[in-house]
Amino acid sequence: MLFRQAGIRHTDYAADRALFPIPADRVMVGALLLFAALAPLLVSSLALNSYVTPWLVWTSAALGLNLILGWAGQFHFGYAAIMGIGAYATVHGVRNGIPWEIAIVLGGLTATVVGIVFAFAALRVKGLYLALSTLALQFVMDWVISHLPAISGGVGATLQAPAMRLLGQPVQSEWGLYYVALGWCLLVTMFMLNLRRTALGRALVAVREKDFAAAVIGVQSFRYKLVAFATSSFIGGVSGAVLIFTFYHAVTPEQFAVNVSIELLAMVIVGGLGSIIGSWFGAAFILLMPGQIHAFIAWVAQLAGAEIGVETLAHIPHAVYGGLIIIFLLVEPMGLGKLYANVRNYLLVWPFGYARK
Amino acid sequence: MDLYYFLELGINGALAGLMYSLVAMGLVLIYKSSSVPNLAQGALTMVGAYVVLVFADTVGAPMWAAIPLAMLTMCGVGIGIERVALRRLAGRPIVMILMMTLGLDIFLRATTMAIGGGTARPLNIGISDDPLFLGPLLLNRAYVVGAVVALALFVVLLLFFRTRRGVVLRAISDDYTASWSVGISVERGVALSWALSSMVATAAGVLWGSIQGVDQSLSLLLLKGITVAVLGGMDSLGGAILAGIGLGTLEAVAAGVLDPLLGGGTRELVVALVLILTIMVRPHGLFGRHDIERL
Repeated sequence: MLFRQAGIRHTDYAADRALFPIPADRVMVGALLLFAALAPLLVSSLALNSYVTPWLVWTSAALGLNLILGWAGQFHFGYAAIMGIGAYATVHGVRNGIPWEIAIVLGGLTATVVGIVFAFAALRVKGLYLALSTLALQFVMDWVISHLPAISGGVGATLQAPAMRLLGQPVQSEWGLYYVALGWCLLVTMFMLNLRRTALGRALVAVREKDFAAAVIGVQSFRYKLVAFATSSFIGGVSGAVLIFTFYHAVTPEQFAVNVSIELLAMVIVGGLGSIIGSWFGAAFILLMPGQIHAFIAWVAQLAGAEIGVETLAHIPHAVYGGLIIIFLLVEPMGLGKLYANVRNYLLVWPFGYARK
Repeated sequence: MDLYYFLELGINGALAGLMYSLVAMGLVLIYKSSSVPNLAQGALTMVGAYVVLVFADTVGAPMWAAIPLAMLTMCGVGIGIERVALRRLAGRPIVMILMMTLGLDIFLRATTMAIGGGTARPLNIGISDDPLFLGPLLLNRAYVVGAVVALALFVVLLLFFRTRRGVVLRAISDDYTASWSVGISVERGVALSWALSSMVATAAGVLWGSIQGVDQSLSLLLLKGITVAVLGGMDSLGGAILAGIGLGTLEAVAAGVLDPLLGGGTRELVVALVLILTIMVRPHGLFGRHDIERL
C-alpha cells in the first residue's frame, strides 16, 4: 500500500543505489523535511525549545555512538566524556575570540584526538574489558575536566557559553538555535545513511561481525576500529558543543557525567543497534519518556485521589526507564528501529503478505 | 607525615578494601558460573541494605533476625532476576547482557528510591564508634568487623565449593556444555550462584550501610567492586580478597598523599586508573584463568 514496490524497476545503477529507492520513502522524507523546516511555525515555542531542539542534538550524538557500537561493534561507555571534551574545547575557543564555526571544528578535532587516545588504550582488549576500560576512562576524564581549573574554571564552576555567531550573524532566537541543531542533525544523518554504501561502512561491518575474518579478507581491523573511534568522537564532540550552544548555554562537568553515557547507550540500544531511524526514535524515547511518565502518574494519582510523595514521583520515571530497557532487551532486542522495519516490510507487500521474500 | 600515619592509613584502607572484596566476590560468583558481568551488583548491595531496614524498622524484627531474613529475601530477588531477565539472554552478544545488567541497575536503584525515599537512613548493627587501638595505631572498629565478615564469608564459600553442590558449581564454571552432558542442571547452578551473590551483596550492604548510612550512594560501590574483581581475576574468589586488600591500601594511601595536593576526589581517580592499568597490563587479573582475546 504505502510502500508499494510493485512496478518499481530500476533500470540503471544510480537508481538502484539511491538512498531511498522506493518513491513512498522519498515522499515521506520530503514531507518530514518540509515539516522540519516549518516546525517553528507549527510547534509551540516551549515545545520547540525544550523538546525538539535537544532531541535533534541528542539524536546526532546517538548516531555518533551508533557508529561505534552498531557499525563497528566496539563498546564505548565513555561517550559523554568525549562530548564534554568537544563542548569545553569549543566554549574555550569561542571565549578566546575564535570564530564559532572554526571553534566548533576545533572542538570536534580535540574530541577526536582524545577519542583516539581512548581507542589506543582501549583497543588492546575487546568485549567486557573494552567496556570496562572505556567506563574507567570516563571516570578519569570526569575527574580531569572537573579538577583542572584551566578546563572547568575551578571545582564546581559553571562556564557561561558566549552567544553563538554564525558567519558573523548572532544566532540567539529560538528559530536560529533550532535550525542550527536541525542542520547538524541532518548532516550527521546524511553521513550515516551514506556510510552504509561506502567501503568504510562495509569494512566496519566486517570488523563488527568477526575481526579476524575481516583481517583475512584484507580489512585491517585495528585501523578501522581506530577510524570508527575517531569519526564517532568527532561527531560526539561537535554534538556536545552544539548541545551547549543551542540548549544549555552554559557548561558544567555534570552535564557529561557517567549517567549521561549510559543514557546515550540506552538511546542506541532502545533505538536499535545499527539502525539510523532507530537512533531518532531512541533519542526521542529516552529523552521525552520520563516527563510523560511523570505527568501520566501525577494525572492517574489525581484521578484516583491518591497522594504520592514528591520523592516517589520523582523516582518512578527512572524505574520505568530501567524497566523499559529490560523489556526491550527481552522482547525486541533490535529496538524501535526493528519495530519500524517490521511495519514497513509488512506494508511493502500488503495486501499480498504471502509474497514475502 | 610520618610512618605511623601511613601505616594507619594503609591498615584501615586494607580493612576497607576487604569490604570492597565482598562486592567483588558477588561479581565473581556470577561471572564464574555464567560469564555475566553483573553491573547491577552495586544496586543489589543497596537493595540488600534497604531490605534489612525494612525488616528492622517496619516489621520491627531485632537485628540478628533481620539480617538473615533479608538475606533470604535477597536470595529470592537474585533468583528472580536470573530467571526473568538473564536466562533468556544466554548466548546473546555481550552488549545485550551488559545493557541488561545496566538496565537492572537503573531499575533496582530507582524502584528502591521510589519506595524507600532518598534521604540517608542510619543502620545500626551495634558496632560502637570507639576506635580500636593497635599499639599506636587507631583502627576503625566498623572496618575491622567488616573485614572479619568478609574473610569469614570467603572461608564459608571456600568450604561450600567442597560440598556436592559446590562441586556442581565448579563443574559449570569449568565447562557448562560438558556439565550439561553429564546431567547437571546448569540453569539451577546459575540460579544458585545468583542467590549466593545476592546474599554476599546483602552482607556488603549491611556493613557499608552501617558505616555511611543507607542511601543511593551504596550502589557506587560497583566501580570499586568491579575494579577489585578485575584486578583479582574475574573468576577467582581468592583473587578478589587479595586484590581488595591491595586496592584498599593503595587507595587510602594515595588519597592521603594526593588529596591535599590535588583538591580531593582522588579516590575515584586511583580506582579508575587501577582498572585501566590492570586491563592494559594484565587483563585476566592476578589470578584469573580465562584467556582474554587481544589484538
